[in-house]
Amino acid sequence: MDFWESDELGDHRDAARSWADDNVRPEWAEEQERTGCHQTVELHTRLARDGILAAGWPAEYGGSTVDPNFARAVFDECSRRGLRADGWATTAMVLHTIEHVGTEDQRLRFIGSALRGEILIALGYSEPDCGSDVAAAKMTAVRDGGEWVINGQKMFTSTAQVCSHVFLLTRTNPNVPKHQGLTLFLVPTETPGYDRQPIHTLGGQVTNATFYAGVRVDDSARIGGVDDGWSVMNVALVYERGVAGQTSLEQTLARDLAAWARQAHREDGSNVLQDPLIAERIGRMAVEEEVTKLLGQWVQWRFDQGHLPGIEGSMRKLFYTEADQRRYSDALDILGAEGVLAPGAPGAPRGGQFEHDFRSAVVTTVYAGTSEILRDVIAQRGLGLPRTRRSS
Amino acid sequence: MNLDLTDDQMALRDTWRDFFEKEAPIEVVRAAEPLGFDAALWSKVVKLGLPSAAVPGDRGGGGAGIIELAIGAELLGGSLAPVPLIEAAVATTMLASLPPTNDLEPVAEAAVAGELLPTLALHPVGDLARLVPAGAVADVVIARRGEELVLIRQTEKSEPAIPNLGAVPIATCLVPAEALVVASGPLALAAHRRAVAHWRALSAVALLGLGRRALEIGVEYVREREAFGSVIGSFQAIQHRLADHATALEGARLLAFKGAWAQDVNHPQAAELASMAFLFAAETAFRTASDSLHFHGGYGYTLEYDIQLYFRRAKAWPLAAGDPRAAYASLANDLFDRDGV
Repeated sequence: MDFWESDELGDHRDAARSWADDNVRPEWAEEQERTGCHQTVELHTRLARDGILAAGWPAEYGGSTVDPNFARAVFDECSRRGLRADGWATTAMVLHTIEHVGTEDQRLRFIGSALRGEILIALGYSEPDCGSDVAAAKMTAVRDGGEWVINGQKMFTSTAQVCSHVFLLTRTNPNVPKHQGLTLFLVPTETPGYDRQPIHTLGGQVTNATFYAGVRVDDSARIGGVDDGWSVMNVALVYERGVAGQTSLEQTLARDLAAWARQAHREDGSNVLQDPLIAERIGRMAVEEEVTKLLGQWVQWRFDQGHLPGIEGSMRKLFYTEADQRRYSDALDILGAEGVLAPGAPGAPRGGQFEHDFRSAVVTTVYAGTSEILRDVIAQRGLGLPRTRRSS
Repeated sequence: MNLDLTDDQMALRDTWRDFFEKEAPIEVVRAAEPLGFDAALWSKVVKLGLPSAAVPGDRGGGGAGIIELAIGAELLGGSLAPVPLIEAAVATTMLASLPPTNDLEPVAEAAVAGELLPTLALHPVGDLARLVPAGAVADVVIARRGEELVLIRQTEKSEPAIPNLGAVPIATCLVPAEALVVASGPLALAAHRRAVAHWRALSAVALLGLGRRALEIGVEYVREREAFGSVIGSFQAIQHRLADHATALEGARLLAFKGAWAQDVNHPQAAELASMAFLFAAETAFRTASDSLHFHGGYGYTLEYDIQLYFRRAKAWPLAAGDPRAAYASLANDLFDRDGV
């Protein structure tokens, strides 16, 4: 075993920093906060222009010769500057899924244009009446000659504000058990019959409800076999749970709080880190941050070894999201009355970041499979316990 | 980065697994209570070269690392084998690492040869070394007294076992004023700190092994037991708690092996990683064993079922190092006492 974290990224940090100095405008982070859309189109265009999106992909699908570690260092650097790229994250998940289950023609077409920055893909799984029970999707797709006609509504279509496509889970056969009648399509948002409405959230993010009224797509937009959508979803969800939120940036909440606690003093002059009630929680946070990092490395390692780590990815996602919520909740407790100060409030610790992150951590145990779904997966597929839910 | 064991390490694990399965079945564990020591099993473990595995080859040891010992410790934890492997290995490794003197050399050689069973007092001592792990069966106790490392020979070990939750052979040892000083000053402090880190790292892996086995026992039980017309393992209330433990154990596994690995590679945070691994593995093992016992219903409370053996040790083993919450607090200070960590 060897746990040294490769310093390959280290060699690229400087170059990534100067790339960001040249290309990232400081007002973009503020713009993402203000608009609640966690994807900046102009940044994306520049990432595509310089082959950064295409790093690490096979040349035949449009991959570039840019070093993937430089690309990761650039994403880290953008993230450090407060920029998220959720739309690219969902796009990449779909590209990997297409790589696994798509036709060669689809690989060439969709992966290539996504890597050139021409398309961005949002996920269209959840509906008003089903989220965790994703296979209960009611949206219909009906074949009409060489085309499909799609009707229904999706919820939480995040970054659809800027996406060119939605990866839509539809029901193509209502007369079979629910897992057997699903089909996926990659639907352009330019298509007539598509509409979108914003949904405002506790964490400040603005996601969307999207509507599909008689949307027509060609059969070539179908990803995977007709009625075989569940096996497509099984690939897509592994990428979502295993990779979502991955960053090689160290989690540093424990260190940040410790830095604050070292400098804060009680009335008797002692520094706050000497207070065992506070130190204990910071110590616990540090341990959970380390475990989170290791579980992420483990999933990545399994991917790198050629496995599709479904159980491991579920474990990682279950652990890190709940640990995040504990950490942010503890952070606010430790800060006491000041903990509630929001961004913009005078004297807010770290500019209100703690309060903001506390709010936005709420959704993490819901998206990409609620903690309860993940526990089902781990118990039933990992531990071999019997299925509990009836398959209708 | 490589997160898998090497082929050699896997072969070692297979050999040692066969050994523990054959030589340390649960009947052996039960028969060794309450003292928690099986002399015959210990001599077989010695013959296998486990206690001196991490001593360099030119000092007569196995020339392996703490990571290889960790592979053994995980099997020890899974089987609850009643032998003080971790204490003896840590103490032997330490004795062999100290600058040799005329007094020390014969002791170190005997320990490496498996003729002496040494152990380590984890906390600084005065006239007494209190509740030393393996103190009831060790020939030699190494302790830190002030800024010195002293070596206490225990010629008589006829004390009856001290009854304790984990059925571990702890004992309180007298520290004679004339005890042999084997190192002093910064060298002594560093050697002791290092040995305690080794103990924590290896105990973390043992607790991981314990927790994983406790989970298996729980899963086996809930797949068989029926209530309300279904196997209880089909209830979400049970599945979800077991899923949480399986997840935490996966994290504990990675962290425990990282902690062990860190001891071998001169990692700047070797001691902190050992603490982190130890705290997380201890907590995870106890929660797992506790729920696994609970899911046995009334049977879990009986002595007949094996889960109680795991439950008791999951609580008892880590407490040799003291209150875990205090350790979390020290960890924060060790990690973040200064800038630039």
